[in-house]
Amino acid sequence: MTDSRPVLEARGVSRAYPLPRPHPLAPRPVRHAVADISLTLARGESLGIVGESGCGKSTLARLLTALEPPDAGTVLIAGRDPNALDKAALRRLRRSVQMVFQDPMGSLDPRWPVWRIVAEPLVGLAPEVARADRRARVVEALAAVGLGEETLTRYPHQFSGGQRQRIAIARALVTDPDIVVADEPVSALDVSVQAQVLNLFLELRRRRGLALLFISHDLDVVRHVTERIMVMDRGRVVEAGPTAEVLARPAHPHTAALLAAVPRLDAAWTGRERRAAPGAVTEHSPSRHR
Amino acid sequence: MVETPTPTAQTMGGRRLAATAWAGGAVAALVLLTALVSLVWTPHDPAAMDVANKLSDPTGAHPLGTDHFGRDVLSRLMVGARVSIAVSLVAVGLGAGIGVPLGLLASARHGWIDEAVMRFNDLAFAFPALLTAVLITAVLGPGAVNAILAIGIFNIPVFARVARGAALSLWTRPFIQAARLAGRGRTRISVEHILPNIAGALIVQGTIQFALAILAEAGLSYLGLGSQPPEVSWGRMLNEAQTFLFLDPRLAILPGLAIVVTVLGLNLLGDGLRDRLDPRLDTRRADGGR
Ligand SMILES: Nc1ncnc2c1ncn2[C@@H]1O[C@H](COP(=O)(O)OP(=O)(O)O)[C@@H](O)[C@H]1O
Ligand SMILES: [Mg+2]
Repeated sequence: MTDSRPVLEARGVSRAYPLPRPHPLAPRPVRHAVADISLTLARGESLGIVGESGCGKSTLARLLTALEPPDAGTVLIAGRDPNALDKAALRRLRRSVQMVFQDPMGSLDPRWPVWRIVAEPLVGLAPEVARADRRARVVEALAAVGLGEETLTRYPHQFSGGQRQRIAIARALVTDPDIVVADEPVSALDVSVQAQVLNLFLELRRRRGLALLFISHDLDVVRHVTERIMVMDRGRVVEAGPTAEVLARPAHPHTAALLAAVPRLDAAWTGRERRAAPGAVTEHSPSRHR
Repeated sequence: MVETPTPTAQTMGGRRLAATAWAGGAVAALVLLTALVSLVWTPHDPAAMDVANKLSDPTGAHPLGTDHFGRDVLSRLMVGARVSIAVSLVAVGLGAGIGVPLGLLASARHGWIDEAVMRFNDLAFAFPALLTAVLITAVLGPGAVNAILAIGIFNIPVFARVARGAALSLWTRPFIQAARLAGRGRTRISVEHILPNIAGALIVQGTIQFALAILAEAGLSYLGLGSQPPEVSWGRMLNEAQTFLFLDPRLAILPGLAIVVTVLGLNLLGDGLRDRLDPRLDTRRADGGR
């Protein structure tokens, strides 16, 4: 647990996306979604990434999980550059980094039953786990997030948002990764359910020694689950440090501005337990996912 | 747990099929049934001539009358349905069988493969389909098999385009990114995730293409380029009827009506299915994590 080598590292990574040309002859403008970001995540550590919507958090998550290569800079997972590996080696490396996405409906294939969704990383990344043993691993991962065997044959739409996010977390855990990147994992959930899912993250970290990269635009959420935070603004890191320190004495005006939004959220947080009464859940108006 | 599961109807789009679509589906089913029945039973031998009884008006023995050789028109319409449907089904199947994999490939691989597939598509769309089908059968020679080829070729780009478009909107969805994190390759993702999720759109297109193929087959047969005597088809019946158009318009009206009703039924069904499926495809595209 106290291995000092980082399990996840970024060295000056950048990623730009082309924007539409303002007129046909103009040079193509680009958006620097992530600009020269460096970070390290030690074994078992939790790091929060906060910033407004559109500041590049999800892009950074895709770079760190090697879903996309950076334009510049290097990503190191367990000390190895995933973008320099062949397919087989990349697969082996991927076992140690998994991700939980914001929209628990969108991150589960609506046509697949739960057992297949949760088993997919095993099929793709852990060929040595025999077909017959997969079921046990899936059941174990579901149990770790508080879901029973009766969920195996059900489909995502048969669950509530919070349960879906538990399924997504179970899936991320099934290969027993060292790192979980969670991209706004509770933002799509009702506040009463947010607390449950956040507690689940805390518990999993404690029990499994997971390193957690926790992305959120909600400082209040990050406060509860991370030891260190980085504040992003327009693709850059504007402030970083221990969570309590940064939130108590923001050095950058952008952080202060984000904090200014917190009292409202604090009220929501303290109201959480009271709102978690039957019938109080308005998490999905049916029109939401349709 | 106070979370409430969302209704099952959600995944099904939650919309009912319009009454017109039901009617269209019923008509199409009736035609299909007639074609199937004709395999084992027709009121008369569709090829049996009875010159003494030619151009007879509807009677008890011949509910739709007889043609210029005294053959039973009802029996010939039934057998004609079989040829129309068989040729159209195989042609659409051919188009989908080649077009869908091409479209999936194009959407999965950016760069030159996508370019090549799309340029091939543009090229194919640049030709007036029916005219070129006429040309193809004129070159290859008349006959049902060549008609299938000529019609099928023009279905390839249609299916390639629909598959590519629907697939492209899925590739940015979180569950596809999750599958990539799970180590699945692009081909597997295309087959296991993309295909089941675009099946609805493909079925809609298939219904509409089926209607077009029936029209095309009738057109080719009418021109003498499709199925050849003694095979019976609606288009051939139209062709043979034109000599007697003024003497007995019934011979042209009946197969014409069969074509129109079938095509209309299929189009109504296709439109209804599309209306039900499309809104769902639109909202599911929301929040691709990018
Ligand atoms: N695939 C993409 N193509 C084009 N632009 C993108 C893409 N992904 C992200 N962007 C742009 O990059 C910026 C950062 O986006 P994102 O990383 O999603 O921010 P966040 O997750 O913090 O809301 C946004 O301006 C977004 O429009
Ligand atoms: Mg985001």
